Amino acid sequence: MQRRAFVKSGALALVTMGLSPSFLRRAAFGLDLRGAAKGKVLICLFQRGAADALNVVVPFGERAYYQWRPTIAIPAPGLAARSALDLDGFFGLHPSLAPLKPLWDRQMLAPIHAVGSPSSTRSHFDAQDYMESGTPDLKGTSDGWLNRYLATSGTCEQCHPSPFRAVAMAPQTPRILQGGAPAVAMDSLDQFAVRTGGDAAARIEALYRTGSADIIHGAGTEMFEAVKMLRAANPQRYQAEHGAGYPRSQFGQRVRQIAQLIKSDIGLEIAFADVGGWDTHVNQGGATGQLAGRLDDFATSIAALVTDLGDRMEDVVILTMSEFGRMAKQNGNGGTDHGHAGAMFVIGGHVKGGTVFGRWPGLEREQLYEGRDLALTTDFRTVFAEVTARHLGAPSVGALFPGFDSSRPLGIFG
Amino acid sequence: MNRTSLLAAAMVAAACSGGGRAAAPPAPEPAPAPAFEREQTADQQVAHVLSRLAFGARPRDVDKVRAMGLDRWIDAQLHPEQVDDAALERFLTDNYQTLTQTPAQLETRWPPPGVLANQIAARNRTAGGAAAPMGRADSARLRDAQQGVRLITTEVQGARVARAVASERQLLEVMTDFWLNHFSVYDAKGPRQRYMLADYENRVIRPNALGKFRTLLGAVAKSEAMLFYLDNWESQADSTRPRLAPVGGRGGRGAGRGGAAQLPPQLRRGGLNENYGRELLELHTLGVDGGYTQQDVINAARALTGWTFRGPAQGGGFQFVPVMHDAGAKVLLGHKLAAGRGIEDGEEALDIVARHPSTAKYIATKLARRLVSDTPPGALVARAAATFTRTDGDLRETVRTIIMSPEFFAHAAYRSKVKTPFEVVVSAARALGAQPDTSARAAQIVGQLGQPIYGHQAPNGWPETGDQWMNTGAILNRINFGMVVAAGRLPGASPVGFKDADILQTAARDLQVDGVIAAILGGDASPDTRAILMTGENPLAKAADSTATAPMPSAGGRGGRGGRGGAPPAPAPGVARPFGQLPPLRGLPLIVGLALGSPEFQRR
Repeated sequence: MQRRAFVKSGALALVTMGLSPSFLRRAAFGLDLRGAAKGKVLICLFQRGAADALNVVVPFGERAYYQWRPTIAIPAPGLAARSALDLDGFFGLHPSLAPLKPLWDRQMLAPIHAVGSPSSTRSHFDAQDYMESGTPDLKGTSDGWLNRYLATSGTCEQCHPSPFRAVAMAPQTPRILQGGAPAVAMDSLDQFAVRTGGDAAARIEALYRTGSADIIHGAGTEMFEAVKMLRAANPQRYQAEHGAGYPRSQFGQRVRQIAQLIKSDIGLEIAFADVGGWDTHVNQGGATGQLAGRLDDFATSIAALVTDLGDRMEDVVILTMSEFGRMAKQNGNGGTDHGHAGAMFVIGGHVKGGTVFGRWPGLEREQLYEGRDLALTTDFRTVFAEVTARHLGAPSVGALFPGFDSSRPLGIFG
Repeated sequence: MNRTSLLAAAMVAAACSGGGRAAAPPAPEPAPAPAFEREQTADQQVAHVLSRLAFGARPRDVDKVRAMGLDRWIDAQLHPEQVDDAALERFLTDNYQTLTQTPAQLETRWPPPGVLANQIAARNRTAGGAAAPMGRADSARLRDAQQGVRLITTEVQGARVARAVASERQLLEVMTDFWLNHFSVYDAKGPRQRYMLADYENRVIRPNALGKFRTLLGAVAKSEAMLFYLDNWESQADSTRPRLAPVGGRGGRGAGRGGAAQLPPQLRRGGLNENYGRELLELHTLGVDGGYTQQDVINAARALTGWTFRGPAQGGGFQFVPVMHDAGAKVLLGHKLAAGRGIEDGEEALDIVARHPSTAKYIATKLARRLVSDTPPGALVARAAATFTRTDGDLRETVRTIIMSPEFFAHAAYRSKVKTPFEVVVSAARALGAQPDTSARAAQIVGQLGQPIYGHQAPNGWPETGDQWMNTGAILNRINFGMVVAAGRLPGASPVGFKDADILQTAARDLQVDGVIAAILGGDASPDTRAILMTGENPLAKAADSTATAPMPSAGGRGGRGGRGGAPPAPAPGVARPFGQLPPLRGLPLIVGLALGSPEFQRR
């Protein structure tokens, strides 16, 4: 239905092709650009490998924290040159997260602690699968929860969603975006073009604009429109604004390209990127070292994104997640083994930040999950449901997380 | 209806008469004349079988099928053991070293690098708890293990593509692809999964791909790959249930070595894992609407407790461990499984689900969807299900019912399927007469087109219908793939390697176009497509902003020939550029590239 409707609007776009890019975009996609420009955006950032939440949002007020972690604990604020950055007198940020501290101070950053999957699995594979499908302990779910959001929200017979409505800056569509609704995966924006010169691209386009109106021609026609949209937005000339400095890392560059897409006003609603290196079984380090290095890249990238987007952050929420946390007790190799509950960040202009959300279960042995891991007090679906309902305005959260009662939000959005 | 049952009877007779064929040289009997009208033209039928029962035509395949006779060619493909494939086998033996090794052999030779690193770190730990830096010998061991794991992955993926490209037993490869997807496993489930893939494909799936369903199902249930992927290897009786052997008594893991059985440490906690039991019913046999309950899932899982495998030090392979087995009575799909039984519990559970009427219908539907169309006619599915039931799950006969049907040769089926990325890459290589290639490149491209080999995370496998494969990003990647091939960057495949291409290089444009259409588009292209290939001019482009579709300048260097190997540095180090910028194409290669990127080539 929708696809066929679009083939028609694609033909219209042909006629208008010589006109200005903005008119072209409007004609081709039936988008109210003012509306689209004001549209809400959710950026999901996945830390693959299970980030050590206890050293990310540090419970320096817990005596047990320092007992479990004699050599890798982050010192309480002021007790060392590099120590936890005090948030509320009990929790602090890892010193490498210093770029995010101003967001806390401006109440744009809401950390959530002791959050995660109710599944008892300590398998990376299973836990990532559950976090992305949104159905803990149910392996058979074939689509990701973000795709279910796309499929159930914001589509109508009259309007056509942008081909860039959902973009993963990744070589393949991640599990979280897999499913019936279209999502684009790309390694980099400049790849989104026919990769040869001469008249080949124009002739291929002609091949797709003639012939029957089937799904293949439809997808091809839509793709050429999308290439033109992106080209009109001219991401090659992109300059970060407000002095934002993105790291040259893969993650930093992917995050930068998400900002480009947002500022291009091409209808982006869901963006996704992931970053690895969190599976710190060996030599994890403390205030400096391996994990500190990962956090530095992570925080610098996010801070640059927020700076770059400036006022646009009013419409943007950044949601970070990792499949589970790590054991309370450090292991024999200066690292940490797989645990249970973890931590997430929600960052945005209309986030009610400046509070660490989630009930803190404590770190004494009897308070730990199975005597070893941070216990879970908030189901990740509570956060996902709250973000999709309150930020994106999803009408029906029930369809996203079947069988889950999301009627008690944390209040991240007030 | 009468005609159908007559035909079926004739086929059973034909199949029976070939009873002792396995060792005999191909003795082509006159294939039975079709007992129904085929809507497709003779040329379409040849193109159709080569795109459905094979991964596309190679340069001389159309002539070969015509010479042999269409129905006789199909019959031969249904009996792959009669088709000589020595050249491919020799190629695999000469070029691959890990494919025939067992999971235990591979894991012993190259232990999982993460595990090895932890062992080294634990050994080197200093008194203070800090780990000492790794010595040279340890570094070398770790590097060797990392290289080994890469080699294993490269080989198992590369051989998948090489077989599909070069095997003469094309239908067997198509069915292997089908069953690997039906019984999907994921290579990154855990560090051990990769060791199990070659064994799974070559010992479990391919030999049974046209055999009996129950045999295939049993082989899968006992495979290390599936036991690991769906966790059954660690599923055991819940603490409230009776075990077949007492913990700490004889009959456990250690029993074979004469010691008292102690549960291995990782099994001292935990209990029943329903994962395999659930997917067995939902995905492998009855189907999600097949009429089972949560209690059936639990009881299937209970019946299969103790189905696990030996560690690599014990030589690996399936084993039944009584101390893990839930010995209580169970009811599965209305059948009673008595208390106190061992491995026969699981065997009977597999018998029950394999012979369930829902399974016949579910398997018949999936096969017809793969072979005929995304929405296979109900009557065809019903006949295929009937064959499945009548032959006790004979997959060769079930497939025969489907592909010797009027529905298979109907207009509606012709080019109605959208190719998967695997089919796009393999059919392009075949059309160009490519040699099988030992590099990982083709397999990588399949992944970059969205279908990484052994890379589907969820147990439901890759989508089976075209709408799932067609979207903006997918079509762009496919078009760029065509350009990559036309630029000569698919190893083993020359863009001018197809039949008569050498002559065509200097021929007139219309001969070139006809040659390309014959080689790549099965001799059948729309007048529009032919016109666009002919003129070299896009009538629509005149109205368009001529720069609109020109490629963007790449911000960071050029992706070189080697793809990943030649990934550009700045501005995003580490970001693979699957399809770097390509030079403008001219002449015959340009026509090849356009044909590979055309809508027609996306179909089969």
